Amino acid sequence: MDCTDPSILSGFNWMLCYLTTGKHMALYVSVGTVLLLLSITAPVALAFGFGGASAARSRFLPLSWLGKGYIAIVRGVPDIAFFLFFVIALDQAFEWLRHQVKCPDWDEPIRQGNDFVVCAAAKLPLGTSPQWMHETYGFFLAVLTFSIVFGAFAANVLYGAMKAVPRAQIETAEAYGMSRRQTFWRILVPQMWVYALPGLSNLWMVLIKATPLLFLLGIEDIVYWARELGGAKTARFTDYPHGDWRMWYFLALLIFYLSFTKVSEVVLDRIMARLTKGQATAAGEAQRKAAV
Amino acid sequence: MKKLIIATAALAVSAGAVFAEGHAKTVRLGTEGAYPPYNFLNDAGEVDGFERVLGDELCKRAELTCEWVTNDWDSIIPNLVSGNYDAIIAGMSITAERDEVIDFTSNYTQPDPSAYLALDGASVDFEGGVIAAQAGTIQASHIASSGATLVEFATPDETIAAVRNGEADAVLADKAYLSPIAEESADVAIVGEDVLLGGGIGMGIRESDTELKEKFSAAIDSMKADGSLNALIEEWLPGSATF
Repeated sequence: MDCTDPSILSGFNWMLCYLTTGKHMALYVSVGTVLLLLSITAPVALAFGFGGASAARSRFLPLSWLGKGYIAIVRGVPDIAFFLFFVIALDQAFEWLRHQVKCPDWDEPIRQGNDFVVCAAAKLPLGTSPQWMHETYGFFLAVLTFSIVFGAFAANVLYGAMKAVPRAQIETAEAYGMSRRQTFWRILVPQMWVYALPGLSNLWMVLIKATPLLFLLGIEDIVYWARELGGAKTARFTDYPHGDWRMWYFLALLIFYLSFTKVSEVVLDRIMARLTKGQATAAGEAQRKAAV
Repeated sequence: MKKLIIATAALAVSAGAVFAEGHAKTVRLGTEGAYPPYNFLNDAGEVDGFERVLGDELCKRAELTCEWVTNDWDSIIPNLVSGNYDAIIAGMSITAERDEVIDFTSNYTQPDPSAYLALDGASVDFEGGVIAAQAGTIQASHIASSGATLVEFATPDETIAAVRNGEADAVLADKAYLSPIAEESADVAIVGEDVLLGGGIGMGIRESDTELKEKFSAAIDSMKADGSLNALIEEWLPGSATF
């Protein structure tokens, strides 16, 4: 396919060339970015949540305060404020740490008016590193921010789920002579998931829909590219002039997000059925009767 | 959670050590990439336009290695002062308000006329109508002080769309941005008289970075002196005043 002069092409061929420009490739790559972000963030946020919930129910008071404080603070602060503030703050915190280690004899102040100035060796990534390293670094800052935010919500869900496990189950474990640790890992944790899953599945859906916030964090996600590509283009600056096509791009996004949430629902329903098996819940009982 | 943060920080500290060997400084140029002809992304997804050509030439004259970065207009100044890039070259007019937060090099365009774009044949009330502009621009502050109702948008493209769908009576933007749009589409046209705003466009630099500011200013002055800047302005911004 020869795309060197699109003005002589028409119809299908024009479309084929148009949809394979470098810019469109960036759009396709950004779909991967979003999926990658979700696949890393979900387990990390779950781990944060598990840690937060375990800490919150700890009998060691300072640890419990830490867990409860984490949940309360993140849940209380508006997400957007958190996303805008946190990424710049995290970045500056890392650079400040590196600055202390690498440039101990630096004599200028780090805050100069509005400017945040650390020595060149402390920049993260270094000013000399290639653009992809800056992008990867930004991506991991985003993963960390998303994980901290969604981890707090997950912690609250898991904290509730741990409390929802019937007391009789724990008592039985104690009667068998299990230690607190054994009870936690062998009885409580395997049984809590069925109570946690409805809440966690909500979180997953919200997380999918929160990915456009990525652009706030400086990552060029699918919504950014859809907006950029869909905007009207004049012939002076592109080989593929067109009017305002944002509607079509956003329609494609709509389909993407809808089908993604649909697939998630199907998978989550299956996990739920699996977790319900043998549980002392109404659904577990119904499942048992149906199998008889 | 705490452990993870400390571990990440430790990893970040040690990872950097590998790359910390002496390098010539790379200067990162931040732009918006959505404001043709000043700066836009071409079909290949690269930064292109008047400021791309200008920036590359300035870096050559200042003997700097430069790299292009795109950033949302709304957060373009906060990201500069926090050090994510070293200079803004994004059609940013020099104003006293911005000068309090960042520094500017010498201007590389004359104060450029701004113009109103409206639906073809529409009569616009510039003092009492609804006028669109990109948020955080000199045009937006001009409308706000003129008595008209200001509607702001995050990107230049959305301001044009607002005029087309009737949300705004007209849009006020740099004339060099509006002219190609007016020329190529039958439904909109430039209306009214041009407005002169701002002190020309310059590069935005952190206030603490006087060395870089001097370098770029010297390069801009040398391009003014040998006429190459005028040639660029005539090529990319036809109709704009030269030096």
